[in-house]
Amino acid sequence: MPKKLKSKTQKARRTRQETKPQSLTPNLQFMGTGLSSDDLKKGKVCTTYWIGDTKYAWDRGIAIGKYLEGMKHGKILGVECHKCGRKMVPPRIFCEWCFKPIDNWIELFDTGTVNTFSLCYVTWDMQRVKNPIIPAVIEIDGASKGMGIMHLLGEIDPKKVHIGMKVKAVWKSEKEREGAITDIKYWKPVK
Amino acid sequence: MSDRVGIIGIGATQFRSITPDVSYKELMFEAAVKAYDDAGINPRKDVDTFVTCAEDYIEGTSIFDEYVPDQIGAALKPVHTIGGDGLHGIATAFLQLKTGRFDIAVVEAHCKPSNMLTPDGIEACGQDPIYNRPLKLNTHFIAGLEMNRFCYETGVTYDQCAKVVIKNRRNALNNPIAGRAAKLKLNDFKYAESVSCPLTELDIAQPADGAVVIVLANESKVRALKKEPIWVSGIGWCNGTATLESRDWVYLNYVTKAAEMAYKMAGIADPQKDISFAEIDDRYSYKELQHLMALKLCCSCNPGQCVDNGRTEINGEFPVNPSGGALGMGYMYEATGLARLYCAVEQLRGNAGKNQIKNAKTALVQGWRGLPTTSTAVTILNA
Repeated sequence: MPKKLKSKTQKARRTRQETKPQSLTPNLQFMGTGLSSDDLKKGKVCTTYWIGDTKYAWDRGIAIGKYLEGMKHGKILGVECHKCGRKMVPPRIFCEWCFKPIDNWIELFDTGTVNTFSLCYVTWDMQRVKNPIIPAVIEIDGASKGMGIMHLLGEIDPKKVHIGMKVKAVWKSEKEREGAITDIKYWKPVK
Repeated sequence: MSDRVGIIGIGATQFRSITPDVSYKELMFEAAVKAYDDAGINPRKDVDTFVTCAEDYIEGTSIFDEYVPDQIGAALKPVHTIGGDGLHGIATAFLQLKTGRFDIAVVEAHCKPSNMLTPDGIEACGQDPIYNRPLKLNTHFIAGLEMNRFCYETGVTYDQCAKVVIKNRRNALNNPIAGRAAKLKLNDFKYAESVSCPLTELDIAQPADGAVVIVLANESKVRALKKEPIWVSGIGWCNGTATLESRDWVYLNYVTKAAEMAYKMAGIADPQKDISFAEIDDRYSYKELQHLMALKLCCSCNPGQCVDNGRTEINGEFPVNPSGGALGMGYMYEATGLARLYCAVEQLRGNAGKNQIKNAKTALVQGWRGLPTTSTAVTILNA
């Protein structure tokens, strides 16, 4: 009988997820004993050390090169394929569906809609943070449905972020821009 | 299962020391467009399976298979990346076609070593982290050790190794896609800087950026497309030991085993008679001679004589690396074996221009994964 009960609970949970948006309040209780990098340095764990000298500099290429050049001028550029009609961002020199060279470059808006987001309570190297970092996929206005930029949200109460939210790019000043995706500081809600 | 496998399309970019104008995706796209045009196919409709070859450390991106589909026409299609030489990719595609489940398979390999700012540090990551890395040696030291023992035991001279470099880089002068062609003289080696004695800078194939795409099909598809294919009649692969402490530095039995596997499949009884020419790994000058010996393609017990008597020249009795090899075209890590295969197909098709060998009917192509590996693959091709 307990088995049956368990599956019933699971079913109920699934239904709830499907029907209601979940609260994104994090669980800040953590189990276990952590192993810190200091423990490794102090030799508490038997290891052999190697600090690799692995540095790379990737060529941006034609498509991403032009895209980032656009960023420097405060513009979001995309490309268009006349065969499938898609307006794509980030741009590429080929349409991956039609396998043909793209037809032309287009300028898109610096506004868009949040397709999905998450509230990150850890930094990239797993340091805990109280105020979450908010990565989001933003579907860019002027591009085809589903075409977006992966970026960060800002100037917003994390509790108020929602899917479908309209947002606008907050650019660095012209002097600060260097032709990188970080030329946009973050995206803020459109009032 | 009886279906043969044929190569119906090849595509390659130029191999250049730097390619700042294009991204690796754009390099791959160029090679792919050329290969599909050559095969007369549409990858979105006609290709059933894709195999790409890449090493995450070289790319600087882990789980690299994530980044390959779009630019080769493989979006939403069966695709996977293997950590191996391009010829291992050919073996993988060959097996997939042999299952009868697929009709057309594509193999891609590329390299952009110009994007590696610390190639020595990245290559050092291939060394055993516990036994070898703490010694903090540049990975070329392994080639120095191997060349020393190889020359000591076989009697191959450093001049004979130098002649391999002279031959291959000269051959590359007439190869329009080669990136490291040069006209050298034996005297130039006197001034070559020592890297890991007896290995000098000139003994090492210099890196090049580039991409290669090969289209393969099973026999019924080849017939349906009315293509003149180059048949893959034999294929073999093998690995030796990873340990530097106990490997054989002279006789590469893993290369012999891979070759025997391929010879058996292709029905080759006497490799020297049955094969017209070879495109083999020459990451280091002495490697061409060492590989020739292991592949049973030497005229005598001293492989150095093969280069001394002109036997391996384009107009010689048994041409080796008429394309220029990695020494003449550039070393492209995982794409090196596929570059050899590309040039072998050009030869068998009679498209090698000034480097064309008369009556080239059967080719042997061999790839090695470079230091510190003992990982090799061998392919036999038939016109």
